Amino acid sequence: MQKTVNHRAWLLVLPVVLSVAFSAILPLMTVVNYSVQDILGPGQRVWVGNEWFIDTVRNPDLHAAFWRNLLFSFQVLLIQIPLGIAVALALPAKGWQASLSLVLIALPLLIPWNVVGTIWQIFGRADIGLGGYFVNNILGLSYNYTLEPRDAWITVLVMDVWHWTPLVALLCYAGLRAIPDPFYQAARIDGARLWSIFWYIQLPKLRGVLLIAVLLRFMDSFMIYTEPFVVTGGGPGTATTFLSIYLSNIAIGQFDLGNGSAFSLIYFLLIQILCFVFYTAILRAGRK
Amino acid sequence: MKLVLEAVTREVNGESHLYSMSMALEPGLNVLLGPTQAGKTSLMRVMAGLDRPTTGQVLVDGQDVTGRPVQQRNVAFVYQQFINYPSLTVFENIASPLRLQKKFSNDEIQRRVRETAEMMRIGHLLDRLPAALSGGQQQRTAIARALVKQAPLLLLDEPLVNLDYKLREELRAELGQIFARRNAIVVYSTTEPLEALLMGGVTAVLDKGDLLQIGPTLAVYHQPAQRRVGEVFSDPPLNILPAVFEGGLALLSGDIRFPLPPHMAGLPGGTYWLGVRAHHVAMEAHLGREIEIPAWIELAELSGSETIVHADHRDGSGGEFHLIAQLSGIHNFSYEQQARLYLDPHRLFVFTASGALAASPPRTADQRKERA
Repeated sequence: MQKTVNHRAWLLVLPVVLSVAFSAILPLMTVVNYSVQDILGPGQRVWVGNEWFIDTVRNPDLHAAFWRNLLFSFQVLLIQIPLGIAVALALPAKGWQASLSLVLIALPLLIPWNVVGTIWQIFGRADIGLGGYFVNNILGLSYNYTLEPRDAWITVLVMDVWHWTPLVALLCYAGLRAIPDPFYQAARIDGARLWSIFWYIQLPKLRGVLLIAVLLRFMDSFMIYTEPFVVTGGGPGTATTFLSIYLSNIAIGQFDLGNGSAFSLIYFLLIQILCFVFYTAILRAGRK
Repeated sequence: MKLVLEAVTREVNGESHLYSMSMALEPGLNVLLGPTQAGKTSLMRVMAGLDRPTTGQVLVDGQDVTGRPVQQRNVAFVYQQFINYPSLTVFENIASPLRLQKKFSNDEIQRRVRETAEMMRIGHLLDRLPAALSGGQQQRTAIARALVKQAPLLLLDEPLVNLDYKLREELRAELGQIFARRNAIVVYSTTEPLEALLMGGVTAVLDKGDLLQIGPTLAVYHQPAQRRVGEVFSDPPLNILPAVFEGGLALLSGDIRFPLPPHMAGLPGGTYWLGVRAHHVAMEAHLGREIEIPAWIELAELSGSETIVHADHRDGSGGEFHLIAQLSGIHNFSYEQQARLYLDPHRLFVFTASGALAASPPRTADQRKERA
């Protein structure tokens, strides 16, 4: 039998090829282009080779931002994953209570990111913010996220937990609902306790969704920009200057396009590598 | 051990899942036969103690255990899904009920697990995780988990339904032997009449939450107390023909009449339902006493080395019935082809208009030998 060749298929793929070319490939190639040149002005450029890359890799401020961001991401995972599982376990399984609590839980996910930042910026203020006022005047603790690096860090972290734990909770909730009832019955017949049911049935069955949750939360928190930009602008000092905030300071704040481009490419690579490490680690852990 | 259910019912949100049911189960194999939604699973859950009956009592050796939770009852349950702990090896899966009981030494656990695994023929898979096993092996693991406890009550809820045909036959034969060696009450539910026949023991026929009949499997098969029992316990479906008895003759539609054979002779005149299993409907007459029924072929399906023929009988005055014949060998028929089907009157069940058994075919010595 002879294969029929139908070139019309190309026509169907064309819109995707065009839109991907314009939205992803062209900008990326522009970044690659910038990263090996020093852009002095329109039409004024100097070839610099790998100079920007070497510069970037050796930049101590950038190292600090990298470790800061890594620490932030690990704290995010450490809090949000267990908390999300706990919330999912606590949610009712059926009935109108289930629908209501799902909607309530999902609300933070529906809010635009810069609005989330604005909400927390106001919420944390000691004079007019509910949260800031409560901590300062009722708990009697001194808290000021615009002055204290520690307070700024905690504010951004708590904000991220508030914003994104629902995602983990929803994923886990879906995973839990997918466990057939006989698993629980079998455990009951064996006389297993709640902890054993969690450890031997629920957690292994959640492995797939947890893998997705960890990857999503890691990637997102490693690229976090909008919320801390709105709340702290990366300060005070460099306390909340995460990688993407640092990047935008260079590329847009100082309009240092070559440097910024080299940094972007390295940043991109880092995320790819870290995601790959997570992915294989979790898959391995499951297979053992 | 003896398990007695006394007038057990179960309602969920005002909906009856089980109507009042009483039965006494002895050690040995007990088959629950019924179509889906018959209440088999609900009944087994009540027996296990997973659910509390809405009314009625569950007695074990004369002792009321109605409200006692399942973990204090020493039962084992096998599901139609393959239920194993996903992160534990086959060995640990089988060992888990023993470990949770906390009264066995490590050596004892080793010995029991290996023995049970050998019996289920998964001795070579003990180090694997359930996800690395085939469906049949997963279900063997789940069954081994249930057997290793040596619980006096072992419940299996359609355990073979998710396996392919070959594996099902293989495992069914093994299970029959394993159950026969145990001194436990084994309750085995199935939708398939053939499976109940192969398993033997006692069969309880359920339908829509009602217990219709319980007794030795062959007795229920040969003397279904109601038309519905006959229908549930026949595959292909039981043929049902409306008939009128009058002066020693039976009248079918289309002016087909025949003298009542000996087992129906004493029945008073009136309307009845005649029931005949598909393998007693033939396309040829051998005995000379068969009833000839003209019919149009609707469909002929091949099933292994058998042909199942669906045909419609229609007379001029609007009387009609459907007949299914199970023929050995492969036959070709075309749609709307006219044919003659033959029924042996000696093989007919008779049910009254309300569905109760009025007469059943005599069982010849030959047949008894064949079944045994």
